[in-house]
Amino acid sequence: MIAFKLNDKNVQIDVPATAPLLAVLSNDLGVNGTKFGCGKSQCGACAVLVDGDPVRSCATQISAVSGRSVVTLEGLTQNGKPSKLQQAFIDEQAAQCGYCVSGMIIQAQALLDRNPNPSDSEVRTALNGNLCRCGAHNRIVRAVLRAAKEG
Amino acid sequence: MDDRMNVNRRGLLKGVGFVALAFAIPLESSAQAPATEKPRLPGNLNTTRNISAWIRINADKTVTLLIGKVELGQGILTAVAQICADELDIDFERVQLISGDTMQTPNEGGTTGSFSMPQCGPAVRQASAEARKIMLDLAAEKLGKPTDGMTVKDGTISAAGGGSVTYWDLSVGKALEREATGQVKPKPASEYRYVGKSVGRIDIPAKMVGGAAFIHEMRPKGMLFGQIVRPPTYKAKLASVDVAPIEKMPGVLKVVRNGSFLAVIAQRDEQANAAAKALYDAAKWDVEKALPGADGMQDWLVNAKPARKIETLKKPRAGGEPAVKTVEATYYRPYQMHASIGTSCAIATLDADGVTSVFLHSQTVFETRQAIARMLGVDLAKVRCQHVQGAGCYGHNMADDAAADAALLAQVMPGRPVRIQYTREGEHRWEPYGSAMVLKAKAGVDKDGNVLDWDLDIYSTPHGTRPGGQPGNFLSAQYLEKPFAMPTPANNGAPNFSADRNGIALYDFPGQNVLTHFITDMPLRVSSTRGLGAYGNVFAIESFIDELARAANVDPVEYRLRYLKDERARDAVQKAADVFGWSKWQKREGRGRGIGFARYKNTAGYCAVAMEVEVNRRNGRIRVLRAVASADSGHIVSPDGVINQIEGGLIQSLSWTLKEEVKFDDTRVTSDDWASYPILTFSEVPPIEVVLINRPGTPFLGTGEASQGPTGAALANAVHDATGVRFRRLPLTPDRVRAGLSA
Repeated sequence: MIAFKLNDKNVQIDVPATAPLLAVLSNDLGVNGTKFGCGKSQCGACAVLVDGDPVRSCATQISAVSGRSVVTLEGLTQNGKPSKLQQAFIDEQAAQCGYCVSGMIIQAQALLDRNPNPSDSEVRTALNGNLCRCGAHNRIVRAVLRAAKEG
Repeated sequence: MDDRMNVNRRGLLKGVGFVALAFAIPLESSAQAPATEKPRLPGNLNTTRNISAWIRINADKTVTLLIGKVELGQGILTAVAQICADELDIDFERVQLISGDTMQTPNEGGTTGSFSMPQCGPAVRQASAEARKIMLDLAAEKLGKPTDGMTVKDGTISAAGGGSVTYWDLSVGKALEREATGQVKPKPASEYRYVGKSVGRIDIPAKMVGGAAFIHEMRPKGMLFGQIVRPPTYKAKLASVDVAPIEKMPGVLKVVRNGSFLAVIAQRDEQANAAAKALYDAAKWDVEKALPGADGMQDWLVNAKPARKIETLKKPRAGGEPAVKTVEATYYRPYQMHASIGTSCAIATLDADGVTSVFLHSQTVFETRQAIARMLGVDLAKVRCQHVQGAGCYGHNMADDAAADAALLAQVMPGRPVRIQYTREGEHRWEPYGSAMVLKAKAGVDKDGNVLDWDLDIYSTPHGTRPGGQPGNFLSAQYLEKPFAMPTPANNGAPNFSADRNGIALYDFPGQNVLTHFITDMPLRVSSTRGLGAYGNVFAIESFIDELARAANVDPVEYRLRYLKDERARDAVQKAADVFGWSKWQKREGRGRGIGFARYKNTAGYCAVAMEVEVNRRNGRIRVLRAVASADSGHIVSPDGVINQIEGGLIQSLSWTLKEEVKFDDTRVTSDDWASYPILTFSEVPPIEVVLINRPGTPFLGTGEASQGPTGAALANAVHDATGVRFRRLPLTPDRVRAGLSA
């Protein structure tokens, strides 16, 4: 039995200790946002916050989050409404297919948490490990800068 | 036969409702008229002619719009909803979409080739306009007032001189169950409320908060996880495998062996993956060594025996002075992959009634359904395919393979939904790539460097192996005990072409010939990848014309305009140049500018791309400083939608051009993850400005693939401008550039 906090709620779950966090979130805990992209920590589609730090849930075993706090895309919403950052992504139409976006928003949230007023190049550097194939990069950067500005 | 058609026919044959309707609403064109006399209807309304096949007006004050095209992240659902809302005079929020469901929607063929707006847009426009007319007629009857002078606001019809009724109050019944007449005129562009404006995409909010959006997050009750074990090489045969230890692994419910097709089904995702790994290790294969290798591919293409030599264009110059000089150049585009960020996924269930229901993110749900039915050996009615959004695909990736694999595995687990999502390696190594191409260009010029004779020879393997109703196009079907042979792929002719797509230069040269060496042997699996041959062909044509312009000592923009007779093409080139600041651009050490232009397929959207680069001579690294793209997509429905497609295509094409080549040795593909097949990252993406040229009232022109070709050429041209060295082999990696500069 593994106990941790998911999006501010206590969860207890009986799954193999070596199961990837991503698989447990997706298949056992009904999380939609977090996505499988590569299983090798190369693309960032599966990023979640663990105690505030962005980690790749595809390469994190569930046992590693025992007693810790995990936040997914869903967990950023406030009272069921999009957070400032999420709203900025909507306002900037910062996606084409949107598959990578969950990881982008998580990674950007981690950036804004430690640097509330990043420059364009700081945003790009922070997101360099997150891959987008549709070419929505500049929209995504604009969305993060917009969220920062609207603080 | 398509179910929708069956439903429609039943409705027609029954007759009763139709006669009653005919009494209420005089039919302008009889539905009973022989097929030969039927009017040509706009877009895909011509093939699915019944209005109710497209539009339902619901008592709950919504309108359901049914389309056969599907959302790929290109914004089609939003664009057609804008059109529907405008023509029906309802608020945009009332429109609900059903798309790509073989049991419900019109069969619109594939969502491919930048055809969605040209084929679906006009159909929705006309069907909506005719639905509105029918509602007015119903209102006229109910209110006892003439339709003349009636106005509609958000579904409320008001008659001249008082009296009103809403769409929702009118009992629509079977009123929409009639063929469109083509007689109702859609609105003029000036009366549109939503068309021409950037309405927020309907699919975006859910994607930003973790709402239900993608097939990947569907978890039907009792779902099991399948994983496929591919052979080590394309043509390897399974010699032996001991499945007993695998069957005992945790969570494993089934090991499937059918010929050389191997798969596992397990309770949990990670259990399926672990079992698949163990199964791969346990299997013994007979492996062939047959591939030319990535570095040998250019020679292979030129030396391979083509199945066909196609005269894509034969228009030699009629007489005149002989050329004073002949210029030749050879260009190479390597295999490149779709490389979706999400690996392909599907969920299939064999239900108690014998119907296999498949959720899939294919671009061709109808034809894939047919191929699955044939693969399973069942009637078409026993397979249902429903599209659910996936990660961007950019062509025929493995979405259809995943659907076929899920359907295969569902057969051994009746009643249980079986989910497939490939591993990253499984997707990278086995998807059908964009074909490698060799482009040989030759021009005869006069004493001033003007083109007299232009020749392009295209050497390419196929660009289309979509399912097309044939199971042999599914990867797994080729490995079954009773394998389905892959059909020999075709090369489409005019006007769309395949390998030779955009092979004909839009320039008005005195003589132009295009010869396509169509090679059906396929060292690597290939299929439609954004733009098909257009990316390679435009790269070659636009590089070559740049070479000729420079040889003639003429500005590349001016040189292009000499040969461009199409006014819209001229506008696109001029606009990109103007906004870029072409005429006042100042040369600086290490920097260069380049331009590229094409009208996609020579029939769809026009796009010119101008860009500025900086080349580091020491390490060969190219930095793109900025890019400007002009786009003429005809009548623009969603400006931001067009900008997003043009900008996204430009960035993807920069990635192809700067970085991407599928690597393989003599046995297998070695580009198996993002480290061995890197793509463009945030820091490498330049500022991009997209300038729209709107043409209200003209046809919608496909946009999604327009910027791929011009971008690659603009980049190579800018690198030449910066360095004086011409790079003709893609991609322009730092190693290749450094080697070129020191040669």
